Amino acid sequence: MLDADFFRRWMTATTALVDREAERLTALDSPIGDADHGSNLQRGFTAVSAALGKDAPATPGAVLVLAGRQLISTVGGASGPLYGTLLRRTGKALGDSGEVSKEQLAEALRAGVEAVRTLGGAAPGDKTMVDALVPAVEALGDSFAAARTAAVEGAEATTPLQARKGRASYLGERSIGHQDPGATSAALIFVALEETAGE
Amino acid sequence: MRMLINVPETVVADALRGMAAAHPELTVDVENRVVARRDAPVAGQVALVSGGGSGHEPLHGGFVGPGMLSAACPGEVFTSPVPDQMVRAAAAVDSGAGVLFVVKNYTGDVLNFDMAAELAEDEGIRVAKVLVNDDVAVTDSLYTAGRRGTGATLFVEKIAGAAAREGRPLEQVEALARRVNDSSRSFGVALSAVTTPAKGSPTFDLPSGELELGIGIHGEPGRERRPMMTSGEIAEAAVDAVLTDLVPRNPVLVLVNGMGATPLLELYGFNAEVQRVLGERGVAVARTLVGNYVTSLDMAGASVTLCEIDEELLGLWDAPVSTPGLRWGM
Repeated sequence: MLDADFFRRWMTATTALVDREAERLTALDSPIGDADHGSNLQRGFTAVSAALGKDAPATPGAVLVLAGRQLISTVGGASGPLYGTLLRRTGKALGDSGEVSKEQLAEALRAGVEAVRTLGGAAPGDKTMVDALVPAVEALGDSFAAARTAAVEGAEATTPLQARKGRASYLGERSIGHQDPGATSAALIFVALEETAGE
Repeated sequence: MRMLINVPETVVADALRGMAAAHPELTVDVENRVVARRDAPVAGQVALVSGGGSGHEPLHGGFVGPGMLSAACPGEVFTSPVPDQMVRAAAAVDSGAGVLFVVKNYTGDVLNFDMAAELAEDEGIRVAKVLVNDDVAVTDSLYTAGRRGTGATLFVEKIAGAAAREGRPLEQVEALARRVNDSSRSFGVALSAVTTPAKGSPTFDLPSGELELGIGIHGEPGRERRPMMTSGEIAEAAVDAVLTDLVPRNPVLVLVNGMGATPLLELYGFNAEVQRVLGERGVAVARTLVGNYVTSLDMAGASVTLCEIDEELLGLWDAPVSTPGLRWGM
């Protein structure tokens, strides 16, 4: 079972990964975006870690709701509302149990991803974070490692796609041949999840 | 790359502190990132609040003042501000007559302003929204994020601001703003890429001797790259792109807008060509504005925005305005 401490460590691990990968995310965002994805997420997850250091939410759901609120209040752009909504809705779906199973987390994440799709209007294949999130959540039923692999592969599979949502869509066919920065950062969440579970 | 900054992390806050020092008629909340009229709320008047990523100055903070915006929310460079800023701005300037959010059509701006509108309404503030989407370089379809908001933002903020100053109710100010947007189209050209403070190098590689047609204002490349063209050829490409989507039967407002690094000497020369092409295409010009208004950091290039107008819109355009970036008649 996964408790509030597990979820705090998951968020801390995500912050560390975003820090480490920030330059790569910004580099991916240069040819098809505006070269700030890494620094924007860094600002957001730094705020998340700071908030979780100050407050100690007692349940897994409360950890994710607090993290989501921090992202909405600090990131801006499209990433702020989208990542904020992902964590907040997932947190709300977890309810107020003190411990949750991997299956309950997968179910809650499904609700979170659904909320992201509604908010951003993106479907799989549009070259967005959804392309990493959807396969990852499906694979989480098997294992944390499978979810990680599915997320990373989903992000890599965005390279040949033409963007249909977000800023890269302005480029039309010129968006083809570049890996989507949003899908790449979304995969980091599942890399961090596996790292946290494997500790 | 040489930039007149201290460190990339503080460029927005530094600029706001400088703005506060230069403009005592504005209240600049550096910590919470809200620029507002010092005399707000103005009794009986609808308030206009806009905002967006920084790097487009004077848009939006430079358009705060009587006859235009009541408040502006600057985000990080090229990044939409957060809902907390917009709610704070709306609460600071609402006189009870309601608030109009002027939102440029980018996924981030739309999502954050939508969240802010809900939160502001929870606080009892009446909110209306108008979306600016004038850039014809982006095909507006189910398969894109829709047209970008660019130069027409200035027309919307000026004309809706004048209507608010006349004391018109929220519904009318909103309808006018929408009419201005629906009557406006833009097209932009880049002669160089943008260097953001965070990245420190150009966001895309544009060799000298080439230009990008159909660019946005966030350093994203355009739709098409071509060998360098003359000012006259660029004017033809830009005006004709606009006219494929807007067939004006009435006179137009013209904005010849610099992207930040193109000198006024070149912009005025470009305007001469734009006016020539408009004349050849039979488009009558009512008013023309030339300058750097909706910029993209240090990008070289220009955009052309046309707005078809009638007597009512022209009267509101000519009405007095007093902001750091736009001022006449008062």
